[in-house]
Amino acid sequence: MVQDDLGKKNDTMRDGEALKQQFGEQILQVTQGLDCETVIVAREAIVEVCHFLKSARGFEQLMDLCGVDMSEHPAHRDDEPRFFVVYHLLSVSQNKRIRLKVGADERDLVDSVTEVWPTANWFEREAFDMFGIIFNHHPDLRRLLTDYGFEGHPLRKDFPLTGRVEMFFDDAQWRCVYRPNKLENRVLIEKAWPGVDRG
Amino acid sequence: MAEIKNYTLNFGPQHPAAHGVLRLVMELDGEVVEKADPHIGLLHRGTEKLFEYKTYQQNVPYFDRFDYVSMMANEHAYALAVEKLLGITPPERAQYIRVMYAELTRILNHCLWLGAVALDIGAMTVFLYCFREREDIFDFYEEVSGARMHAAYFRPGGVTKDLPDGLLDKIRAFTERFPGYVDEYETLLTENRIWKQRNVDISIVDEQAALDWGFTGPMIRGSNIEWDLRKTQPYDVYDKLDFEIPVGVTGDCYDRYLVRVEEMRQANRIIEQCVEWLEHHPGPVKVDDYKLTNPPRAEMKADMEALIHHFKFFSEGYHVPEGEVYAAVEHPKGEFGVYLISDGSNKPYRMKVRAPGFAHIEALDYMTRGHMVADVVAILGTQDIVFGEVDR
Repeated sequence: MVQDDLGKKNDTMRDGEALKQQFGEQILQVTQGLDCETVIVAREAIVEVCHFLKSARGFEQLMDLCGVDMSEHPAHRDDEPRFFVVYHLLSVSQNKRIRLKVGADERDLVDSVTEVWPTANWFEREAFDMFGIIFNHHPDLRRLLTDYGFEGHPLRKDFPLTGRVEMFFDDAQWRCVYRPNKLENRVLIEKAWPGVDRG
Repeated sequence: MAEIKNYTLNFGPQHPAAHGVLRLVMELDGEVVEKADPHIGLLHRGTEKLFEYKTYQQNVPYFDRFDYVSMMANEHAYALAVEKLLGITPPERAQYIRVMYAELTRILNHCLWLGAVALDIGAMTVFLYCFREREDIFDFYEEVSGARMHAAYFRPGGVTKDLPDGLLDKIRAFTERFPGYVDEYETLLTENRIWKQRNVDISIVDEQAALDWGFTGPMIRGSNIEWDLRKTQPYDVYDKLDFEIPVGVTGDCYDRYLVRVEEMRQANRIIEQCVEWLEHHPGPVKVDDYKLTNPPRAEMKADMEALIHHFKFFSEGYHVPEGEVYAAVEHPKGEFGVYLISDGSNKPYRMKVRAPGFAHIEALDYMTRGHMVADVVAILGTQDIVFGEVDR
């Protein structure tokens, strides 16, 4: 009987609420987004939260995992972490989605969720490659999309759009070499907010 | 006695069966694959970085270049994401046109897939037949957008232009011919002994593995899970249309082939219904707001305000309210999602593209373990990999 009641309760309870009940203060914020619930989770708790969502709330699939560099966002404050790692989970059996977000700074370690969903492996490698977010306990944290021996993390906001190096074929050495590029970023349309006069 | 050691084989990046630029480092024990390590990123163009420097309107054509064999399906996800943030719904006619073209795109994609996989496995004729039908669909693309492949036809707020006169008749004629063409492919393959030897019981993925590895689209349906965003989380007018979702039973390469072939037939059914509806319901094809879509040329010649709107639209673009949204479509390859964060300006703050092929090729190591080298080609084929979307 008790179990039945619990089961029914689980079905009607929202996932954000269930997380709050289970993890208390480690759930920092729950909001209803345009598409699904958005939950900000304390960094230390992410693996436990994922295990709970997968086993008790039916989120069988990790659809997407990505990094976001918040440093140039107008709503970003200096005391907030620079990056967010964003997880999009999908429940095939119950047809619902949820978005988890974890804040991290350059030197913070985010625990890897590869033990929960093996597919997280490459998504985390990509986030590491693009943002330099380091995932703890990741089985194989190599760069994924950039060239062998690439330096820097291209999707960080302080990385120039044109890159830092370009590749050439060097006749004297008879091989490809990198050298600093001289490209300049041409901005044709300025970034603009409504109602802001740009003179 | 001689010591037996594993052999490391480098496959690609320039290999016709790699469907683009894949470098695969395989560890072999004799002819059996012990481990496969795909090295991707050879087609990485940094599109996600470029998005942040372009206005919402300028970003549309980048989407054609993700999965460059199903162009309009990519644009569909982007259009839905931006519309969700803007809080607008395109007119019903635009939604029908989009669904019709999304399904034409599904046929386009599956035709290329079928032709290429059959060619990899050694059947030449199917390739020629499939490309014949692709040509028809490219013509339909050209009629609405002027481009055969990279159409940039779906835009936030609707579609660029209404359908030209006579196009619906041509599409209707195509839908009448097409089931016969699918029969042709099936005659060549479905009961073909070589095709079956190469595909049946190759790379069986059970339901749990399909979920764990983030499979979507025909890959998850091949593993006996009935999951299709067109049914479960319908977007545009899919909930008003009648079609069925095929699923496989064993989860091997052959099942995934059967699922895709049946999807072509179902896509054809959807197109028929859309043509029927579109013939009887003329109307607008984009939202009636010149802040978000460009005004018609005739109006610009007479109306000063329309001219200003035109100028503002193509220079500064439109502003999308601050917020974040994830929109996904049932792309021919699986779930194609766009995660968009806006800071309220005319350019996206961050846009992440969730490509179905990315998760599929990640599972290549899991799927090829214990199979022969020759099966790697069949498995790579069954995943329907296109590097434009994997590398982004």
